[in-house]
This record gives sequence, structure tokens and C-alpha cells, in this order.
Amino acid sequence: MTKVTMSVNGTERSGEVEGRTLLSAFLRDTLGLTGTHVGCDTGQCGACTVHVDGKSVKSCNMFALEADGASVTTIEGMANDDGSLGVIQQAFQDHHGLQCGFCTPGMVMAAAALLKENPKPSEAEVRAWLSGNLCRCTGYHNIVKAILAASGQDVSKEFAA
Amino acid sequence: MPADGSIGAPDKRREDVRFLTGKGRYTDDINVNGQLYVHFLRSPVAHGRLNGVDTEAARAMPGVVRVFTGDDFADVGGLPCGWQVTDRHGDPMQEPAHPVLARGKVRHVGDPIAAVVAETLNQARDAAETIEVDIEELPAVIDMKAALADDAPKVHDDLKNNLCFDWGFVEENKAAVEEAFQKAAHVTTLELVNQRLVANPMEPRVAIGDYAAHSDESTLYTTSQNPHVIRLLMGAFVLGIPEHKLRVISPDVGGGFGSKIFHYAEEAFCTFAAKQLRRPVKWTSSRSEAFITDCHGRDHVTTIQLALDAENNFTALRTDTHANMGAYLSTFAPSVPTWLHGVLMAGNYKTPLIYVNVKAVFTNTVPVDAYRGAGRPEATYQLERVIDKAARELGVDPIALRRQNFITQFPYATPVAVEYDTGDYVATMDKLEEIADLSGFEKRLAESKARGKLRGLGVNCYIEACGIAPSNLVGQLGARAGLYESATVRVNATGGLVVMTGSHSHGQGHETAFPQVVAGMIGIDPSMVEIVHGDTANTPMGMGTYGSRSLAVGGSAMVRATEKIIAKAKKIAAHLLEASDGDIELKDGQFTVAGTDKSVAWGDVTLAAYVPHNYPLEDLEPGLEETAFYDPANFTYPAGAYACEVEVDPETGKVTIERFSAADDFGNIINPMIVDGQVHGGIGQGIGQALLEGAVYDENGQLLNGSYMDYTMPRADDVPFYAVDHSCQTPCTHNPLGVKGCGEAGAIGSPPSVVNAVVDALVRAGHDITHIDMPLTPSRVWSAMQG
Repeated sequence: MTKVTMSVNGTERSGEVEGRTLLSAFLRDTLGLTGTHVGCDTGQCGACTVHVDGKSVKSCNMFALEADGASVTTIEGMANDDGSLGVIQQAFQDHHGLQCGFCTPGMVMAAAALLKENPKPSEAEVRAWLSGNLCRCTGYHNIVKAILAASGQDVSKEFAA
Repeated sequence: MPADGSIGAPDKRREDVRFLTGKGRYTDDINVNGQLYVHFLRSPVAHGRLNGVDTEAARAMPGVVRVFTGDDFADVGGLPCGWQVTDRHGDPMQEPAHPVLARGKVRHVGDPIAAVVAETLNQARDAAETIEVDIEELPAVIDMKAALADDAPKVHDDLKNNLCFDWGFVEENKAAVEEAFQKAAHVTTLELVNQRLVANPMEPRVAIGDYAAHSDESTLYTTSQNPHVIRLLMGAFVLGIPEHKLRVISPDVGGGFGSKIFHYAEEAFCTFAAKQLRRPVKWTSSRSEAFITDCHGRDHVTTIQLALDAENNFTALRTDTHANMGAYLSTFAPSVPTWLHGVLMAGNYKTPLIYVNVKAVFTNTVPVDAYRGAGRPEATYQLERVIDKAARELGVDPIALRRQNFITQFPYATPVAVEYDTGDYVATMDKLEEIADLSGFEKRLAESKARGKLRGLGVNCYIEACGIAPSNLVGQLGARAGLYESATVRVNATGGLVVMTGSHSHGQGHETAFPQVVAGMIGIDPSMVEIVHGDTANTPMGMGTYGSRSLAVGGSAMVRATEKIIAKAKKIAAHLLEASDGDIELKDGQFTVAGTDKSVAWGDVTLAAYVPHNYPLEDLEPGLEETAFYDPANFTYPAGAYACEVEVDPETGKVTIERFSAADDFGNIINPMIVDGQVHGGIGQGIGQALLEGAVYDENGQLLNGSYMDYTMPRADDVPFYAVDHSCQTPCTHNPLGVKGCGEAGAIGSPPSVVNAVVDALVRAGHDITHIDMPLTPSRVWSAMQG
């Protein structure tokens, strides 16, 4: 077992891990941050997406030790300081961008990374960016709509495909 | 638009806040003090004789507490099947044993052989690698028709053969159907495959067994759509635990789509092992494990024939289907290709004579059971495809052919044993033509052509039987359970309500929509109503959520319980107002003596119920809590019309969905935002089936695409925005809310229109093509274009 230390949502956290311990397992099992979900074992579904040093990362594809000394943000760190929903989170609620909620943390983290890089994405750019995140409930319609709304774009008109 | 908080308003979902902040509580988020972890060693072969399992080395590995094999379950019941089908000769289906851990033989890749319980998950996994299994591999049966050959290897040695049942429906119609075909002016025949799908809810299954020796109570935490059903099946049939000593908790569940209805071996294992070891035992499925253990869906091979007279009226229909059951009978597997499939073969059309034959077959594959729509997508797909083919053969417009044959008078008794209460198929088709802008298709066709793309338009209708189901009817049809729902409404002294329901939410937004119903009846703010579900200790007996039944059946139980509450509250109000309870009216949370300004508020009445100082104690018990069980009088019949426009790349065969439109009739609507979301999700899954998905087994029974690396799940860039409309509303006549259910419509209604559209695109481009089997991958479409 090896000690690993990282900043998680602004607080320094540490724990003992095996070499094979994934970052997702460290966050969930050691730190109890169960908002990060594990939906697959091949790095496809994106439910475990977090930010490591500002970059969107699938935390099941990274060993905990690789994040030693890094700054990690999870879904638990995405609300406003007063506890209210952040802009992206609020847009997901306003536009019914979630149903069962399991993919949602990863979707929010992926969306935040997108809007940081591309503040006014087109519909096609949103869809392309989300191709690393699977959702089985929404057919993606309201997720895409929520992200466009979070970027400040008008989504009030009916979307004609 | 109705006011916020009332029936019909698009209230935002209250459950979203916890899901959006990482505060959801899914089963894998739960850890019980002192828990152990189990890892299952599973069969690597599809069919084999199990000659020995040597666990000696594993037992000596660090952290290992116990290694279980099939012999440990010798005195335990097998996993039960909840539905018995009677075949066309009057005999019961062949029903094999389904052990918790394999004994004697393994029958599919993934069949559990041994279970290692250890202090940590990694220790359990490491130890499992040291188990030596002596399997004598046997020839596997994978193809259904090959499985029925006289000399086919048997999946179950103690059964006569691999035929589970040969079902005919309606058997008495068979001769008349034959005669109608002989007289037909035109007969259209289509052979098609409704391919095997994997449900793939994003949350893998999890089970945690816990046991309290001091009280002899077992608790199972599980990712289930119906915790009471699991309690009943596992307690009564597998482990012999009476219900009062068994608690099943299904907290937040990350999607189900049918695959979390069934009672699985891992649930029984964890409950059993926790009692044996006196410590909690936890199992979390990996995704790869889910592909070979969660029940699959669909997997029908069908020949359908439609007979028409000289005026293009449908005169008869017959279908012949082979339905794959997999290696064992899952909980509701026999009902899917029969009573959820055959009874829907009339569709939206007044075909007078119908005969359905279904042969259910055992193979060395993962068991097949309900997946979103369950039997109804299979019925809709074959019917709507054969109608399209008939229109093409006859040279008539496919929409006109459908319209000509629509049922227009309700109630309508079909020749396949059900009675549609309401519907307006002309109205939904009219609405579809409007929202899909079908009149603009030719222009869009020309634009596609200018870009070098082939464009096609596909339309279909669908009907489904939801609100499952009248208990006395399904009992006659073979169900071994009732299908009512229950609700307890507990009013607190200060006026807030807790509604305890047997329905279960795993994405459907019950915590938001159900309060709209109850609060709307009383005239109070929905924030005063809390929904409790998913725990057998805290809710009355219920049958859970599937078959688009939660609102139609569970919601109706809430209405009945709330009616009892209101009736009693009116008596209390009458006492307080010194009036007759027959004169009391309830509106906006205020009880008023009719025709006067004398009134008392909801909160004053609820307080009086619990602080009964001024109260008719001689006539009325204190307190305000009521339970109702609701058993539906009939199925509900949502219906609609869907349109899809595709572009096909003539160079590669790649299909893109350019437009998708859905006009549905769900009866009355409680929360239109949630309804839209349900339809979107169903369409997404339907497009997945039509273009992308399909579980593929090789001839040895290996699942070739058992991970997200290989099984093509629909992604955000595979689908467009959808145009959905549910303004056509013919309320259900037999439930108090007039609702029909919307959970499965999208998945039922969308695959045929996609396939119809691709065939249309290719035919318009001059290809002589009548059908391509799903999924319409680029290689299949390209191959079809090469002739």
C-alpha cells in the first residue's frame, strides 16, 4: 500500500492505495465521494468523468497514484458556494436533462469541460463532445438542449431536425 | 397550461437536485459495516458437463472467508419462473430447474460455477483465479431452428427436447385464417429477425445481503424495479424466508428497462451467504459481467403474412415466430412472446382474422426476458414492416393503406382477445403528418439528392397494451402473481402527506409526478407531499414498475387512497363546521359548507384528526391514514404514429437519422415534461435497435460483443432532436386518472419507421430491395445495395 495525496474539490485528501487502485475507486471507496459512478470496465461510458488539473478525465482509466499531487474536481464540487446548483446543473434540471441520474455526474463534468474550451458550441459540437458519455434514458435530446442552454444560447424554439 | 404543481403542469423534478450534486444513493453507494465481497467464477463455455470444482487453493488465499459451489445450494430452491404458458395442445410449458449456482452442467457463458467471498474484492478476484474447474465441453445449441432438430444436443437433459412450448393463438381461428388466405386477392409475406438486444441500464446490478441473527431477519439491498416481487420470489421459492423476516430495499436505481424486474441468482446468493457467514456480503456487477448475466431482450425470428382483398382491406394475418428463451426460464420470459406479443397483432387495424404461432426455444445463451416494450415491439415491427411491404407490392401509398384499415369505432374487440377502450388513430396520423412536415418531404429529398445522398421516408403506427394488468385475467393466462398496485397515504397532523407506493422509480420521476396527482386532488402545494418507495418495510405490498404501469395502476391506487382520505377529512370538517358531510366541498385546500362562506382549512382538519379534542370520536377513529389496492379492469392502449427520415450514403451505406417525429396518444397527461423525456428515451433505444445494436453469438456460444468496446450503444451523435407531440388525448375509460402510460411507446414505435425509411431510400434510388434485417449497419446496407 502506498500513500496518495491530492486536492479534491479544494480540500487536501489522502489515503493508502494499492498500485492497481483506480482513481474512481479511490474517490468512491476511500473518500466516500460516491457521486462519481462506474458504469463500465472499458472506459466507454463516461459516468466516472472528473476533472484532473482542469482536464476532463475518465477516472476509471487512471490509477489513483497517477493523480498524486493533482487537483481533482468531482460532481460534489460543482455546486455554487452557497450550495445552489451551478449553471450547468441548473440547466440540466430546467430542461429535464436527466432521468435515472446515473450518467448525470459524468455528463455534467463533460459539459463543464466542453464549455470551458468552447463557450458557445453548436449542436453538432455538443453531440460530438458527448460521444464519450453514454446515457440510456434520455435519447440525449434534453442533455444536448441543457448544455446549449447552459452556454447561454436560446433553446426555446422547437427543434426541427 | 395548468398552474405549477397541478395535474398537467411541467413541474421540474425534485429528485434532480440530489442526482446533480452527487448525492444520489444507489445500491453500490451503500456499504454495510463488516461487509465481505463476493466474486463469481463463471462458465467460460456455453455448454458443458461439470465434473469437478477444486476450490482448495482458493480457500487458502489471503482474506478468503468461504468458497461456495453448487453443492452448497443442494437444499435451496431454484430461481422460479413467474409465468406458465399452456401450449396449443393444452400441455404446460417445459420448465427446467434453474439453480443458484450451477450443478451438473453449465448452460451458457456466464453461468455461475463458484462464488468466492473475501474481505476485499481484489482478494476475492485473486482467489477465484486459482479455482480449477473440470468442464467436459459439450456441443452448444445457439441457432433456434437447429435447436429443434431431432438430434440436437439438449440444453436440459431431463426435458424432452429444447422446445419450451408451441403456442397457438387464437387456436380456434386457425382454420378460418387459412381459408381467408386462400380467398385473398393478395398475400404479402415477410421473413424477419428481431435481433437480440442487451438492455444496458447505465447502472450495473448490485446486491448486498445482510443478516441480523438476534432477530433472524434478512435484508437485501438490490437494484430492482420491484422489491416486493423479489421478496416474494426469493423468500417463498428460493430461500424459504417468510416475508416478515425478509426486507428488500431498492434505493435509487440507475435505469432498468425491464432487465431489473427479474429475480437473479446473485440476489439469492448474497442473502443466503450473509446468513451462513453472519456477515454482510456485497456483489457489484462489472459491465462485462452484466453482458453475460443480465437478461437479454427480443431475439425473435418471424415469418409474417398479410392477406388483402381486391380493395386492399386487410382480411387476415398469420405469423410464425421462434422466440429464444436462452438457457433458463427467467422470471417473466414465457409471457413476452405470448401474452405481451400475440394479443397486440391486430395493431391499429381492423383485420378480422389473426393466428399467431410461437415456438419458444431453449439455447445455450443468456436467458431472454422483457426489455422495454417486451413483446409489443416485436409485434409492432413485423406488422408495420409487412404493411409497408404490401403497400409497395400493391403500388399504393403506405399511409393511405394504413388509414384505410384503421380501427375507428371504440370500444373495439380484436380477434386476439383484447378490447381497446379508446383511441383515435386518424387524429394521431393527422398530427404526425403535421409535425413531421410530410408535405415538405419532396423538397428535402431534392436537397439530399443534390448533396449526393439517398433520402427515404418511413412511417408506422403502433399500439401497446400497458397498465399491466388485470389480475384475474393474467391469472387465467398463466401469471403466478397478481398485478395490482397499492398505496398508503399518511397525512400528518400539520397537513403534510407521505405517500407510500409499491411502484418504483428508476428514472421516471415519480417523486415529482405523483405529488402532482395527490396534491392536485386536495388543492395543496405538491411540496407538501413526499413519496416513499423502494423498501418493503416502509411500503404496502406492490408489484413494481414495468409495462408502463406506474401511473395507470400505481397512480390509480394513490387516487383511491386519497379519495378515502378526503372522505374522512370531510367528515371531520363537517363536525368542525357543524354541518352534514354531504354538504362539504373541498377546493384549494379549503373545506367549505356548500352555498355558505363557512370554511375550515386543510391543516385545521388534519390537526383535529390527530389532536381530537373537538372530534366525533363516537363515530370516527382519530388519525388520517388510508391504504388502497387498485386492480385494473383492463389494459390501457396507448397508440400513435411515428415518422422517420433518413439519409443513406451511397458510397458507404451509412444511415443518418435526419428527422424523427412521434405523435402519441397517452390519454391524460400529469407532467408533460416527463412524458416528453420518456418518449425521447424510448426513441433513442429504438434507433439503437434499428441501426446499431445486436448481441452476436458465435456457433460455440461465445458472446462476441460483450462490452461497450463492441456492443454499439447509441451515442449523442447518432441521433437527432426529436419532434414529439402528445396533444391527441383519448382518456382511458377505466382508470380514475384517464391515463394510459408512456414509458415504452418510443421503443415500440420507432424501429419500424427507421427500417421503412431506409428501404424507401434504397428503392427510390432504384435498388430492388424489400427488406434488410436490423441493425442496419453500413455494411448491411452497403451489401444490400450491391444486390
